[in-house]
Amino acid sequence: MFPLKELKRSLLISLWFAFLTFPIMVIKVDPIDRIVIWRWDNMAFVAIGSFVLSILIKVWILRKERRNLRKSTNRDITEPFVQRILREPRFLYPLCLGVLTFALLFPSLFSTYQTNIMITALMYVVLGLGLNIVVGVAGLLDLGYVAFYAVGAYSYALLNMHFGLGFWTVLPIGGLLAALFGILLGFPVLRLRGDYLAIVTLGFGEIIRLVLENWSAFSNGPSGISNIPRPSFFGMEMTFEGQIHYIYYLVVALVIFTIFVVNRLQNSRLGRAWLALREDEIACQAMGIDKTKTKLIAFSLGAFWAGLVGVFFATKTTFVSPASFSFLESAIILSIVVLGGMGSIVGVIFGALILILMPEYLRSLSEYRMLAFGGILVAMMIFKPQGIISNVRRSYKIKNKSTISE
Amino acid sequence: MDYFIELLFSGLTKGSIYGLIALGYTMVYGIIGLINFAHGEIYMIGAFTSFIVATVLSIYGFPLLAIIVIAGVAAAVWSSAYGYTVEKVAYRPLRHAPRLSPLISAIGMSIFLQNYVLLAQTSDFLPFPALIPEFDFMEPVAHIVGSSDLVILITTAVSMLALTFLIKFTKIGKAMRATAQDRTMAVLVGINVDRVISATFIIGSALAAIGGMLIASHIGQINFYIGFLAGIKAFTAAVLGGIGSIPGAVLGSMVLGLTEAFATGYVSSDYEDVFAFSLLVLILIFKPSGLLGKAETKKV
Repeated sequence: MFPLKELKRSLLISLWFAFLTFPIMVIKVDPIDRIVIWRWDNMAFVAIGSFVLSILIKVWILRKERRNLRKSTNRDITEPFVQRILREPRFLYPLCLGVLTFALLFPSLFSTYQTNIMITALMYVVLGLGLNIVVGVAGLLDLGYVAFYAVGAYSYALLNMHFGLGFWTVLPIGGLLAALFGILLGFPVLRLRGDYLAIVTLGFGEIIRLVLENWSAFSNGPSGISNIPRPSFFGMEMTFEGQIHYIYYLVVALVIFTIFVVNRLQNSRLGRAWLALREDEIACQAMGIDKTKTKLIAFSLGAFWAGLVGVFFATKTTFVSPASFSFLESAIILSIVVLGGMGSIVGVIFGALILILMPEYLRSLSEYRMLAFGGILVAMMIFKPQGIISNVRRSYKIKNKSTISE
Repeated sequence: MDYFIELLFSGLTKGSIYGLIALGYTMVYGIIGLINFAHGEIYMIGAFTSFIVATVLSIYGFPLLAIIVIAGVAAAVWSSAYGYTVEKVAYRPLRHAPRLSPLISAIGMSIFLQNYVLLAQTSDFLPFPALIPEFDFMEPVAHIVGSSDLVILITTAVSMLALTFLIKFTKIGKAMRATAQDRTMAVLVGINVDRVISATFIIGSALAAIGGMLIASHIGQINFYIGFLAGIKAFTAAVLGGIGSIPGAVLGSMVLGLTEAFATGYVSSDYEDVFAFSLLVLILIFKPSGLLGKAETKKV
C-alpha cells in the first residue's frame, strides 16, 4: 500500500513545482503591446504532473528496494534478455538476416520520403557508434563531436567546389581529415582530466563553427555552400528517387562496415585497453598501456567516423552551412549513446533509431524533442545509468566448481 | 585615449558580469567537484524572471525604484529556487556515481531548462526595459562610460564584498570552507553537508540572477539562449582564475572581459567568442590549475 506520508510529500513537491514554474509558465508578457497574459491552466498542469510523477518515482523506488531485498536472498544474477539472444548464435544469425533483409527491402516497401528519413536515422547510428568508441568505450566525454562531422561535410563541399573532386575520392579524405583534426586536438588536451576534456572539446566545437560562420572567404560564411553533387555510380544517370535509394544503400553498407569494425575492436587488445583506461588510468599505466597513444587512437577513430558521415551528410542534403553543426547536434549524438547504453553496440543502434525516428513520426511532439533529450539525459543517469541495453563484458565462467577445489 | 578608456570600461563591465556567474561555478566546483553545466541556464532564468516581473509591474504603473527592487528580489528568489531544485533533482542522487554521470546529467539539465523557457515563453529576442536611468552627474563622461556600466561595477563590487563577508565570517561560510577542504571530515565534525551544498547552489544562483538582470538591462534584450554562451564564458573565467578559488574567479573574469573588449576593439568583432574559447583551450593546455588555483595531485 502507498503510505499516507508519501502522499503528503508528493503534495508538497507539487506545490513547490507550482511555485517554481510560476513566473515562466504562468505569466507571459507582450512588452510591445503592453499586455499580460495569465496562463493559470499551465500551473494546474505542472502541479498535477509533478504530483503524479513524484508518486510514480516513489512507487518505482519502493519496488526496486523490494526486488533488491529478494535478490540478496537468492544470488542468481540473470543476464538481460537481449544479451542472451545476442549470445546464442542460433537466435542471432536469423535475427541479423531478418534485419538485413528488412533494411535492404526498405526503399521498395516505403516511399522516398520514408527512405530519406531512414537515411538520416542510419547516419546517426554511425555517428552514435563513432562517439560510442570515444565516450562509451574509452570514457572520454567529447562534447565537440560535431566539429569532426563538420570537417567531413565541409571537406567534401570545398574540395568539390574548388577542385571538382567526386564523392568517392573525398570519402576517405574527409574521414582522414577529421581523424587528423582529432589527433591535432587530442594531442594537447588528452592529458586533461575528464571534465576539463569535456569543456575543451565543447570549446573546440564552437570554435570550428564560429570560424566557418565568420571566415567567409574560406567557407562562404553563414549562407553555406550549396549545389553539392550527389554520389555517382560509374557515371550512370539517375533519377532523384534512384539517387536517394543509392545513398540509402551506401549508408546501409556504411552501417554494416561500422558495426563490423567496432565489434571487432571491442574485444581486441586495443578495445580492452580502452575499457581498462576508462576504469582506472593509473592501474592501466602500471600494466604497461601507453595512456596517451591509446586515448589518441580512440579520439581519432571516433573523429574518422564523424568525418565519413559528414561527407554523407553533405552529399545527401547537397548543402552545408554552419547552422547544421551547433552544440545541440553534439548533444543529440551524446543522448543517443547515453540512452542506448554506453559501450553497447546494439544499444546505440536502438538509441539512434528511437531518438531520430520518434520525433519524425510524432510531428506534434517534435517541438518537445530537445526538452525530451535533456530530460532523457538526466533521467537515464539517475535511474538507469547503463542505458536501455547495457553492455555485458565478455567474461569467462567456470562451470564446474568442484574440479577446482580438488 | 578615449577609445582605450571606453574599451577598458566595457571590458570591466563584461568582466563583472562574468564574475557574478563565475562565482557560482567556482563555489560549486570547490565543494562537490562538479562543473555545474546548468548554471548558465540559472542565470538566463534570472534574467527572464526579472524581465517578466519588471514588465508586469511597469504595465501596472509601479514607480521605477519599486520595479528595480521587486524585480531584483524576484529574480534572486526564483533563480535560487531553480538552483536548489536542480541540485536536488539532478545532482544529489548521483553524488557517489562515477565522475562522468553528474556531468552528463548537468548537460541534460541545461538543455532541458533552455527548452523549457523556449516552450513556455518564446524563441524571439525580447526587449528588456531599461531599468537603470541615465544619471545627470555622469553627463560629462557619458560618451565613454555609461550610467549602467557604473551601476554594474558598483553592484558587482558590493555583491562580492557581501560574499566575502559571508564566507569569511558567518557560520555557514565556515561550514562551506570546511566542506570544500574535506567533505568526509566535515561530516565527522557535525556539519550537515547536504545543507551546505544546497546553500552553495542558492548563493551561486542568486549571484547569477543579479548578473542576469544587470546585463539584460544593460544590453536591452534577452532570449532563451543567452545562458549557454554566458555560462561557457563564465566557466572559462573560473578556470582561468583557478577553479575552486573565489578571488581567482573574479580575477579570471576581469582578465577575460578585458581580453574580449580589447580584442574586439582593436582586432575584429567577428571573432569575439573565438577569442574566449581559444583562451580557454590555451589555459587548460598550459596551466590547467589556473592563475590562482592549486595544482591537484592525485594519490593512489
